Amino acid sequence: MSAGRGSRPGGGRGAPARSRTLISDAQLNRARGRLVYRVVLTLVIVVFTLVFIGPLYFLFTDGLKSTQEAVQVPPTLVPHHVHPGTYLDAWRRVGVGRLLVNTLYYAFGALLFQLVFDVAAAYALSRLRPVLGNVIFAMMLATLMIPSTVLVVPQYITVSSLPVLHLNLIGTPEAIWLPSVANAFSIFLLKRFFDSIPGELLAAAAIDGASPLRTLRSVVLPVSRPIIGVVAIFGLVAVWKDFLWPLLVEYGYNPSRETLNVGIYEAAATTPQNLVIAASAMAAVPTLVFFLIFQRNILSGLTAGSLKG
Amino acid sequence: MADVATLRPAGRDPVLARPRAGSGVARKVRRNASAHGFLIGAVLCFAFFSWYPMVREIIMSFQRTSLGVTSWAGWANYRRIFHDPTFWQAWRNTLEFTILALIIGYAVPFFVAILLNELRHARGYLRVLVYLPVMLPPASALLLFAYFYDPAYGLFNSVLHTLHLPVSQWVQSPGTRWPTTAMISVVIAATWMNMGGATLIYLAALQNIPGELYEAAELDGAGLVRKVRHVTIPQTRLILSMLLMLQIVATMQMFVEAFILTNGGAGVNGNTLSVVNLIYQYAFALSGASNYNSASALGVVLMLVLAVFSGAYLWLSRERG
Repeated sequence: MSAGRGSRPGGGRGAPARSRTLISDAQLNRARGRLVYRVVLTLVIVVFTLVFIGPLYFLFTDGLKSTQEAVQVPPTLVPHHVHPGTYLDAWRRVGVGRLLVNTLYYAFGALLFQLVFDVAAAYALSRLRPVLGNVIFAMMLATLMIPSTVLVVPQYITVSSLPVLHLNLIGTPEAIWLPSVANAFSIFLLKRFFDSIPGELLAAAAIDGASPLRTLRSVVLPVSRPIIGVVAIFGLVAVWKDFLWPLLVEYGYNPSRETLNVGIYEAAATTPQNLVIAASAMAAVPTLVFFLIFQRNILSGLTAGSLKG
Repeated sequence: MADVATLRPAGRDPVLARPRAGSGVARKVRRNASAHGFLIGAVLCFAFFSWYPMVREIIMSFQRTSLGVTSWAGWANYRRIFHDPTFWQAWRNTLEFTILALIIGYAVPFFVAILLNELRHARGYLRVLVYLPVMLPPASALLLFAYFYDPAYGLFNSVLHTLHLPVSQWVQSPGTRWPTTAMISVVIAATWMNMGGATLIYLAALQNIPGELYEAAELDGAGLVRKVRHVTIPQTRLILSMLLMLQIVATMQMFVEAFILTNGGAGVNGNTLSVVNLIYQYAFALSGASNYNSASALGVVLMLVLAVFSGAYLWLSRERG
């Protein structure tokens, strides 16, 4: 049941032999049905475009207005005088460039740590099956029941002085990178995928005398590209969108280490409205472009990952 | 695996091709050691950043720290938060947010998904469209909504004005009677930002409904509404209830929406203060008197409440197989 078309590679597109839905094709092919369908389709497209693209339109055009025009009553739909300089001002005053570099550094560092440690752990749990492996996996899954915002206080205190090691990670990128590894959902997705790799493939590698690491590298990883892509995309987006944690561990330590998300919020209080919107627009561009490039992987990964959560 | 090892030809990799180390026990130890080597990075991260903080939160909620000296405090932190009127207000607000977010943010995606599933055109475009806001950094989306909501020069009031409708203070409304305009405004922004995920999951669930069921219903003379009631909803009931639990858990942790929209999260008269917001205030914002112990006690209370819903989710997903 869960092996719906969403989880099949390339499924959904072109939808081979669409099964029927609430309203049958025969019903739609009648003259009245066709008319109603046309009207509904047009309405849906117009309303959805207004609701979802409309705000984005203002996000990008209001940053082109002058400070006076941005707070003018009533607001103008199209900027009377286009001020591309607003974007330049916002870039400088809010320090969007620095925020962007910080965020990229945090996001890709976290991604690297997450891929290395979580893939290795999922592989060990799925294929090497060590003693107590099941207990460890169950304890990892148990963390899914306790969302991280609830633990923010003890996590903050732990990061400010790691037990045993007595390290203070506040203000270091590791304060974002390492906690992102503790992602039970990634490990769950990866393990489930590794479980489905045919045993003969791995046995063949073992016959050739490949070590576990070698098997992981040259047999498991190449066939696991789709799931690793899904985990990577969601890992990146999670760091990019996080707010409270970077606010505490980076901004609280030194405002110059803040992320985009925190940075534009902190700047908003002391910056003219048009610059705030221009900065928000610039902060939105990377993820929007990323989404438009990877939309198929993201949308199919979303359903594949969550349907069997 | 064990018999495969005996088949292994000698040569090639010097380490693995070494004659089997005496007994099966040694081999087992070696295999386990390498497996735990693969696990160690993730296990350490879980230990430091998930398992230990969980225990630490419970311990800290029963302690007090004054002048750098930590001692046991019994239930004092819990008594303190239960006697704090803002505690009850924060729970009322969080409950209000959760209920409103379920009415708007749970039902709307379901009907949007049903609608999208009936369309034969522009499906790809509409799917991308609903998911677009999910990809925005929350600060971008929320600062934009704060701008729309501005009572003086915001877009929303100007639209209401043009339509000759009464204008509103939106998130800055002072009212505290349910449902507050302030909280409804927060929910509208939150729903716009987050509904894409739920919509697409529903859509996938709808596509798994066997078409024959609709045909059979039609033969029995069922109309559109009855088909939705007797085929669509029962067939997606499990995914509906799983998402319900997930949504409750997610909305009860509301923080960033109110924090950015009302610049700090409390709103006017504290009418948008959420529980997580109060944890933040207890721990980090009360100037000079930040109290990690009360914040931990509040965290434990929220953890227990959320664990009920997460547990229900896990139970439902097990039923799914």
